[in-house]
Amino acid sequence: MTDVKRAEPRADFSSGLLSFLARFAPLLFLVVLMAVFAVMEPRFLTPLNLFNVMRQVSIVGLLAVGMTFVILTAGIDLSVGSLLALCGLAAAAVAKGGFQERFSVGAGAEAAGYGWELAVLVAIAVGLAGGFLQGLAITRLKVPPFVVTLGGMSAFRGAALLFAGGGPISGFTPDYTWWGQGRIGPVPVPVIIFVAFAVLAHIVLRYTRYGRQVYAVGGNPEAARLSGLNVRRVTLSVYVIMGFFAGLGAFVLSARLNSAEAVAGTGVELTVIASVVIGGTSLFGGAGSIFGTVIGTLLIGVLLNGLVLMNISSYIQQIIIGVIIVLAVAFDTFAKSRRRTG
Amino acid sequence: MVGPPTPLTRPFAERWGTLSPPNSGVPELGIECCEVGNIRLRREEGWRLLRRTPLVTEPLLRMTGISKRFPGVQALDNVDFEVAPGEIHALLGENGAGKSTLLKILSGAQKPDAGAISFAGEEIALASPHDAQKLGIVTIYQEFTLAPNMTIAENVFIGREPGPRPFINWRRMAADTRAITERLGLEVRPMALVRDLSVAEQQMVEIARALSMRSRLIVMDEPTSALSSSEVRKLFRIVRDLKREGLSIIFVTHRLEEVRELCDRYTVLRDGRLVGSGKVADTTIDRIIRSMVGREVSALFAHREAAEPGPVALEVSGLTRRGNAQDPHAVVLEDVSLSVRCGEILGIAGLVGAGRTETARAIFGADPFDAGTIRVDGAPVAIGSPEDAIRHGIGLVPEDRKQQALFLALAVRVNLTMAALGQLRKWRFFVDEGAERTMVEQYRRALNIRMAGPEQLVVNLSGGNQQKVVLARWLALRPKVLIVDEPTRGIDVGAKVEVHNLLFEMAGSGIAIIAISSELPEILAISDRIVTMREGRVTGEVRRDAATEEMLLAMMTLNVARAA
Repeated sequence: MTDVKRAEPRADFSSGLLSFLARFAPLLFLVVLMAVFAVMEPRFLTPLNLFNVMRQVSIVGLLAVGMTFVILTAGIDLSVGSLLALCGLAAAAVAKGGFQERFSVGAGAEAAGYGWELAVLVAIAVGLAGGFLQGLAITRLKVPPFVVTLGGMSAFRGAALLFAGGGPISGFTPDYTWWGQGRIGPVPVPVIIFVAFAVLAHIVLRYTRYGRQVYAVGGNPEAARLSGLNVRRVTLSVYVIMGFFAGLGAFVLSARLNSAEAVAGTGVELTVIASVVIGGTSLFGGAGSIFGTVIGTLLIGVLLNGLVLMNISSYIQQIIIGVIIVLAVAFDTFAKSRRRTG
Repeated sequence: MVGPPTPLTRPFAERWGTLSPPNSGVPELGIECCEVGNIRLRREEGWRLLRRTPLVTEPLLRMTGISKRFPGVQALDNVDFEVAPGEIHALLGENGAGKSTLLKILSGAQKPDAGAISFAGEEIALASPHDAQKLGIVTIYQEFTLAPNMTIAENVFIGREPGPRPFINWRRMAADTRAITERLGLEVRPMALVRDLSVAEQQMVEIARALSMRSRLIVMDEPTSALSSSEVRKLFRIVRDLKREGLSIIFVTHRLEEVRELCDRYTVLRDGRLVGSGKVADTTIDRIIRSMVGREVSALFAHREAAEPGPVALEVSGLTRRGNAQDPHAVVLEDVSLSVRCGEILGIAGLVGAGRTETARAIFGADPFDAGTIRVDGAPVAIGSPEDAIRHGIGLVPEDRKQQALFLALAVRVNLTMAALGQLRKWRFFVDEGAERTMVEQYRRALNIRMAGPEQLVVNLSGGNQQKVVLARWLALRPKVLIVDEPTRGIDVGAKVEVHNLLFEMAGSGIAIIAISSELPEILAISDRIVTMREGRVTGEVRRDAATEEMLLAMMTLNVARAA
């Protein structure tokens, strides 16, 4: 069957307004939402509150940056929260001076540890290892990512509980906690870390060869393979990247809370995935951006913050977030389907 | 006359009188009777007699003046097609001749733009496949439509399971299934799973399903392509039995020797038109081939001067790929050997399932193979993946560009440079976007790709321009050997010529090209040498100036010995 009807190439932006909206839908959503909250609750727009919001979303944001890579390849990682807990405990134990000392308390205990440098390296190493294991199962055993990371979710959580031996590990040196609680000027440190890594991730995805490969593998794995790309290696790498961010996020979280516990991050995977998806990244892979993920993260953070300020019950908050997620993605999907003539 | 004449009873009534109403006979035993003339018969026997009675005045199926147009192509043009009752009728034609469109219309899956269909003497209008089935027209496709994880009985009666709704009467379903499978000589338990059956047995299950629907006309689309010769014998026996019972069979096949052996009459389509029809006994295979092919090589297609080809660029010897249990339909490659020189275009011709694409993918490392060697520039190479093939200078433009080559959601720029990213490095990890833009512009001009700009999403390009983007992707790598599989599929005529000229230019610059195509005029127009394949084997080789369409078709349908 021949294809005469597309003899003339069609311009992408045939209907200017709708396609503009499509590209920037999440951002517009965010702006509108902030305006609404600003009007309804004067405390919202204060610098104190805004920085608070940003600090709160930074950790979820770091995880979401990693998750973006995974979802771009049409994969998913449900184990993020559990891996977060495990990495946090590992970092905390190191900071306290080793496995044996991990529960020591008191002034002497704080100073006896190995320092934040080693702690963050250990957290990241554990994250990388966890991601690598899952990536291996996905690419070699050919088990679907959903199933592998579901198993990981359970296994890492079990390992964390085992490691924690029943309680949180708390009390770090000021050097350590600065990474979660400190500021540079008016800006909280976690926010700087989040922004820095988001920018780095954006550069990698947009400007490097590796970034192209991620989009290609997600968009059409068979075409990617037939173009000479190593699909297995790229797939494995995104889970390793996710592990990296889980480790980094765990370190920052434990610094902020001055404590690491086995139940940290329970359920956070859903928020992380929602942030990525609201930001315009397709669950089917091949389309999306870090910029979108950042907006998605802020959207959920702002939403939660505004609702709390307005004293809305947290149960209703859950309902509202659920509805907003569906609406945001529906609008994004609809706008995209108008832009493409698939 | 009891009741108005139905398609079933009218011819009967005209010849024999009335068909008495049911309820006479012995209702307690479920035996219904009818009268044929003055003879009292059981109802099923009455049915059988009806079918057996030759209704010479009335064809079972008559399609007249059928036309169907798809965007850009007239698939059927005023076609007449008739099938008599109790006849095995061969429907022949090349790929794209219109056979499948005609059969889709017959099965109710498509509606014709013009023309009429009458079945058993009555005009019918088919709104859906369900209507066709209700009338007794059943199609058995080449790709089986069985559910592999369900039992035979469930598949046979799918959608029509016996038993008071919503329950299923398993006992009755198994018994009914067994009755039919025994009749077919199929020794299976009705509750066996379909996926545990051999391909031939699965085909029998499809026929069993057709029979359980009390069909009167069965269409079989390439039923023997996956069968061994003893299984084919068995199938023929069953088809002849069905014919004796009064069913008609439309047999679509490319194996002309089967036509001669099995079929009573034949119809040949070409380019959407009826070009021949008649009794098989009154003609020869040669004459059939000629009518299938009979056109001049299209004057539209460009030609090229045969240049002196260079040294052998690619040599494949003894390429073999054995079958595996998981995929009985997979094409097995058997001792495939070919070679192509620099600057030469080697065409590979063959029917669907001949093994052309499988050979191409094996050479490119996209699929594994079990035996054989590949030599590039004389030196043997190990190719285990597309990466390896590319490293050795081999490229492949796949058959299905949408599924296998294009990243539809991404821009033209990204699609075009996907394989050549290694050449566009900046600071080791980055893509040199300036060099990239230059490359895209260079190929846009060289290939005359019509697009709104390098950032346009490739999904919005026309088929011809999409294909050019894929070609450019490989040209950017400056390959030694380029395999193009169906290079002009789904492309309008103007773009076809452009692509052909591009292939000529590439050959002119020293690239060795292997071109696979299902369109014989295209193969004849662009190739310097042509190799034909059938069922995983190379069946012949001929130089362009010595080749004709008829010769190629004969070589493509050559009776290759099959494993018994």
